[in-house]
Amino acid sequence: MKILALVKRVTDYEAKLKIKSDATFIETDDINMIMNPFDEISVEEALRIKEKHGGEVIILSIGPEEATQQIRNALAMGADRGILVVHDTYKKFLDSGMIAKIIKHVYEMEQPDIILMGKQAIDDDNHQVGEYLAEMVNIGHGSQANEVNINLESKSVIIDKEVDGGIEKISLKLPCLITADLRLNEPRYASLPGIMKAKRKIIKKFNLDDFKIEIKNNVIIEKLELPEKRESGVIVKDVSELINKLHNEAKII
Amino acid sequence: MINHLIIVEYNDDVILKSTYCTISAARKIPGKISALVIGSNKQISEQISEYVDKVYYNNKIVNITADSCTDIIFDCVNKNDITYVWSSTSSLMKETMPRITSRLTNASMASDIQNVVNENTFKRSMWAGDIIGTIKLLSNKKIITVRSTNFEPAEKQNSKCAIVDFNVEINPSFINFISYDIIKSDRPSLTEASMIISGGRGVKNKDGFNKLIFPLADVLKAAVGATRAVCDAGWVPNDWQVGQTGKIVAPDLYIAIGISGAIQHVAGMKGSKTIVAINKDPDAPIFQVADYGIIGDAFIIVPQLIEEIKKIKK
Repeated sequence: MKILALVKRVTDYEAKLKIKSDATFIETDDINMIMNPFDEISVEEALRIKEKHGGEVIILSIGPEEATQQIRNALAMGADRGILVVHDTYKKFLDSGMIAKIIKHVYEMEQPDIILMGKQAIDDDNHQVGEYLAEMVNIGHGSQANEVNINLESKSVIIDKEVDGGIEKISLKLPCLITADLRLNEPRYASLPGIMKAKRKIIKKFNLDDFKIEIKNNVIIEKLELPEKRESGVIVKDVSELINKLHNEAKII
Repeated sequence: MINHLIIVEYNDDVILKSTYCTISAARKIPGKISALVIGSNKQISEQISEYVDKVYYNNKIVNITADSCTDIIFDCVNKNDITYVWSSTSSLMKETMPRITSRLTNASMASDIQNVVNENTFKRSMWAGDIIGTIKLLSNKKIITVRSTNFEPAEKQNSKCAIVDFNVEINPSFINFISYDIIKSDRPSLTEASMIISGGRGVKNKDGFNKLIFPLADVLKAAVGATRAVCDAGWVPNDWQVGQTGKIVAPDLYIAIGISGAIQHVAGMKGSKTIVAINKDPDAPIFQVADYGIIGDAFIIVPQLIEEIKKIKK
């Protein structure tokens, strides 16, 4: 089983974000960067599949040189090798179609049985690339997985997905693409030997020219701004004051 | 000429409020609005025909998956010269719309928009609501999912429109549907409810959740929500999670009980009209977004609140 797990380098969810003076993107200087948490879950799932069925886990990231850190973290968890397509999307924006196009090149080069990735990145919150890519490379997808079971004999995967109102169960033929939801698993911590081993694992680097990809975005970010702040409310002293406010002021109850 | 297509979503015999809100969003860009009803319910087509200019009705599909939806919507867009495709940000559409965008030529997508600025520019929440982005779609075809809580439900038009059968041959081959386990509940659903009672780790355990949250929800006929921690702990179904990665809600009244107010949770509920927070910790960030806060033990305050509400309801 050959698995391609995608990892995006994103801002730390606890970071205090600052918008650039020209409002086109956020400042990245002095901001802590992490592996997208949903991608971490997909790396863990890739490792579990490998541990059960054998095979290889390849980590792919599209990001600046520094994204080697996030690839190394995944290698330290137990993945076998890494691929970095060097392009800083925080400085030169790429839309979902462009990202899918780049991954398509790597998919065709590596021909994995499964592509695993987070259901969305916690920076743009788009929830687009996985399904966009699956269509582009003509394979089935299962989104928001909370359980994944591989059947080697029938070369298929059964996936429990978190959907509105309950759980949907589907099956897909390999090769396929799976996006991870929060409760698929709990990612492991890298062990010290894992971290040492990761230093010797290979990370191959490419750039967009290597794939002869020209940047042509269909989506552009015109402006980023901070949301309007809610006006701060009042602290009431007891339940009767609360009821009074809800009844007479907010007129809800 | 702009041709809009709205994907109609429904449960049994009821069109979801989010579909009406999606129509409102589409009406901000003048053009002809068609609706597509997928599934075997003719009544739904009748209902929606009072809100749009044309209804396409497909009753051939038994198992509605991202696969079959992609095929039908793709066909409907191409055959009817559709330029804008709109849906709510439901779980089904979240996975279907990017696939359609990818299959169409000269198309791009805006996810979970909060506002329509002009015919190609939209506002949406990014970074879990910490940042609002204004994005522009340059392509000819535009695929848009709508955060329905940011739009009022559309008003009816003066007359019913034509309902046209759209029973194309499709051959979905990627996804094999096995089953759908619905979590049955008599309560209103989170995204449709006008009041929501939500519990966090401060209610201590499953027993505490059952003792505090449900009885309060019962007297107000409210929906029940929870934080990620509560869902992860298995006290309630995952589907009840309110937050950036769960459900985005905006009811008239949101009561947060024992919820500290992590960014991730607040991003999912800060659009609510009135927010009440009950928490022991006076420094809990939830008080920064609450209109009314009470500092104290939820196990004492909530039962009092229930009694007071019962008195008023009499």
